[in-house]
Amino acid sequence: MSDSVKKPAVDVVIVGFGWTGAIMAKELTEAGLRVVALERGPYRDTYPDGIYPTTLDELTFVQRGKLFQDMAKSSFTFRHGVADVAVPYRQIGAFKPGEGVGGAGLHWSGQHWRVTPEELQLKTHYTQRYGKNFIPDGMTIQDFGVTYAELEPHFDFVEKVFGTSGRAYKVKGQVVGEGNVFEADRSDHFPLPPQKVPYTASLFMKAAKEVGLHPFIGASSNASGPYTNPYGCQMGPCNFCGFCSGFACYNYSKASPNVNIMPALRLVANFELRADANVLRINLDSSGKRATGVTYVDSAGKQFEQPADLVIASTFAYNNARLFLLSGIGKPYDPVSGEGVVGRNIAYQMMSTVQMFFPPGTNTNPFIGAGGTGVAVDDYNADHFDHGPLGFVGGAPAWCNPAGVKPIGGIPVPSGTPNWGAGWKKAVKDNYLNTVSFDVHGANMVYRDCYVDLDPTYTDHYGQALMRFTFDWKDNDIKMSRYVTGEMLKVAKAMNPQSIKVSQKNIGDHLDLRAYQTTHWAGGVAMGTDRSTSVLNRYLQSWDVPNVFAVGSGVFPVGIGYNPTGLATALTYWAAKAIREQYLKDPRPLVDA
Amino acid sequence: MKTIGISPSRRSFLRGAAKTAPAIVALGGAFGLTASGAVDNSAASYYPSYFNASEWTLLSALVERLIPADGQGPGATDAGVAEFIDRQMGQPYGFGALWFMQAPFVPTAAEEFGYQLAQSPRDLYRQGLAAVAQAVQVQHGKAFTALAPAEQDAVLTALEAGTLAIGAVPPKTFFSQLLTNTREGYFCDPKHGGNKNMAAWAMVGFPGARGDYIDWVDQYATKYPLPPVSSS
Repeated sequence: MSDSVKKPAVDVVIVGFGWTGAIMAKELTEAGLRVVALERGPYRDTYPDGIYPTTLDELTFVQRGKLFQDMAKSSFTFRHGVADVAVPYRQIGAFKPGEGVGGAGLHWSGQHWRVTPEELQLKTHYTQRYGKNFIPDGMTIQDFGVTYAELEPHFDFVEKVFGTSGRAYKVKGQVVGEGNVFEADRSDHFPLPPQKVPYTASLFMKAAKEVGLHPFIGASSNASGPYTNPYGCQMGPCNFCGFCSGFACYNYSKASPNVNIMPALRLVANFELRADANVLRINLDSSGKRATGVTYVDSAGKQFEQPADLVIASTFAYNNARLFLLSGIGKPYDPVSGEGVVGRNIAYQMMSTVQMFFPPGTNTNPFIGAGGTGVAVDDYNADHFDHGPLGFVGGAPAWCNPAGVKPIGGIPVPSGTPNWGAGWKKAVKDNYLNTVSFDVHGANMVYRDCYVDLDPTYTDHYGQALMRFTFDWKDNDIKMSRYVTGEMLKVAKAMNPQSIKVSQKNIGDHLDLRAYQTTHWAGGVAMGTDRSTSVLNRYLQSWDVPNVFAVGSGVFPVGIGYNPTGLATALTYWAAKAIREQYLKDPRPLVDA
Repeated sequence: MKTIGISPSRRSFLRGAAKTAPAIVALGGAFGLTASGAVDNSAASYYPSYFNASEWTLLSALVERLIPADGQGPGATDAGVAEFIDRQMGQPYGFGALWFMQAPFVPTAAEEFGYQLAQSPRDLYRQGLAAVAQAVQVQHGKAFTALAPAEQDAVLTALEAGTLAIGAVPPKTFFSQLLTNTREGYFCDPKHGGNKNMAAWAMVGFPGARGDYIDWVDQYATKYPLPPVSSS
């Protein structure tokens, strides 16, 4: 654009300032580079966005989504099949996209997981254990191209940066505690001991043990005690206020880019963060093989060009695919021919919920909670159980995660309760303090006809095409979820409630965008070892434009069972290490195509 | 920092008041008392900014049937639900400014895709309330407020099921908007004009913005003793 104001050139421009952008900023300024980060949303911090008591306001932050994406300016479109016409996601429902400094990392819950080693090598693992014919037609699973052993030091460091509370099972090959018996080996303990276990989670743990499962206290990036991380950033002990997801933590207890990284970056002279800077595209030179920087628009509508030698795309999950498509980086995916890569292999997560109702006077006190706290079982996650006779790919962890039940969002009521009137009112009164709930948080596989591209009709505030999701549920994933949910019902029954309510999908159900499910989308800019099926090489470097790297859960080539933040951030440190130790010395493709 | 909650005696008084409140409060007489800006703890003294007199009367009667006053706790009227909805109409939310509202609109899209109409909440209520009033008049020959409670409930049930045609607004969509906002107004922080005196929170046992349970997290099966507090 000829009317862009050209900014002084820098070494690195970072697009999007959530967890992965903040990590890259820290790592690359440590390497001595001049770094500018551009965040499309406003500046945000604990003050004023999370101050007590005004922040403890469910309507403002959850129902009205004060910290979420400004939907009036930009959204997404959805359709269930390649022959359908997509319509916009007009109101926030199934997922809650972030915006502003800290991104979704400011209003996440704090559930902190690594990944199972076999999910990093999903195709290889299933092929070796069950044979290649076990993978159904149309399922396009593949390997990440990086191993758990390679990522382990980064998982460990992420937990130290986040002040993660948890209990290890095995450290350096030695069993050390009552953690997750299925967990892969760790190089160190969690930096903080596990959080206290709220009542409902303790009931879940007892019942899970009774039916022969292996429950453990989940890892939480809500601090169980005072903590100072390797960057010198401080956290205070979580007091279980119950306002995590959707909120900025008033107590400096929930890890966020704003609390755990930004205080250190503020002291760095070679770093600048510009909020309200919406990047339109990554600019390429005439060869199309080298990025020259980015073009962005500020809140006054003024357009700028920011030249840089290295571009880091660290927008939320799917948005990196859109940025690549808008910039002409990589070949767009075509579901008909199966060729092209950008937008391919989009994954969501496959949720079900089990609610148990107890008599008045049980006092489960569900207002007490923390987003990451609780008790989980991993017996049915990944390939921790024999899939051979079951005939589906994938698994699901399950957990009782007392995150703070707030009254507008939905007080659980037993099956058969009317939606309104005296019957509903009595049910919410009788059940609020007497309910236990757990979730089955399943992996969603990837499929040939589930992908993203640019919508032909709808545009954002800047006139650029919205991203279009073509996505629906598949029988494999619903079968998986129903199997695990059925097994987990044994735990529910062992708690001996008055009644049980199960919310799960039936075969044939379509993606439903109305009620909240999870914000954990993945894919679109897959990493991998084969450039015909991936956008990025194993170091998260673009195959096509080697001075562009992309980070975030968009790089996952398949869906995983756990929440993605632990893996997305560990992969960011993995990429940063490759940039610092290899790319900067010799700025070229780190893997030969 | 924390505000002190209402005293037990005050709560007890309010509970008693809720029990004796009529199912539908005659609201016409309340007009003229202006409470601009600041939230009043009394549901009766609010003068609506967006809704006209007939809309306000119908809205108040509708929400009172969705959450009726009874011995369990406050009804929607006592909780200030209609006031909450009126206040929301003046917020960006009311104008649809929190939604992606670019044309073309495809109202025939499958319900799994969520809201697909061009109307803002202000439009939905303006069109929907007038159409409900008219449909009831046609069906019963009198106003909604003149119907017996069971007849009123039948109207709401028909809206919920989509069997009562109300002109340009799909009945299920109008009902869903009304029920969503009613629950919000019932359980929101009182600073938004609903949940007067936090009586709905007290009814279910939600402590509001207490925001600190470090001493309570491992006191299993124990009744939390403190009344709710507001975040304002």
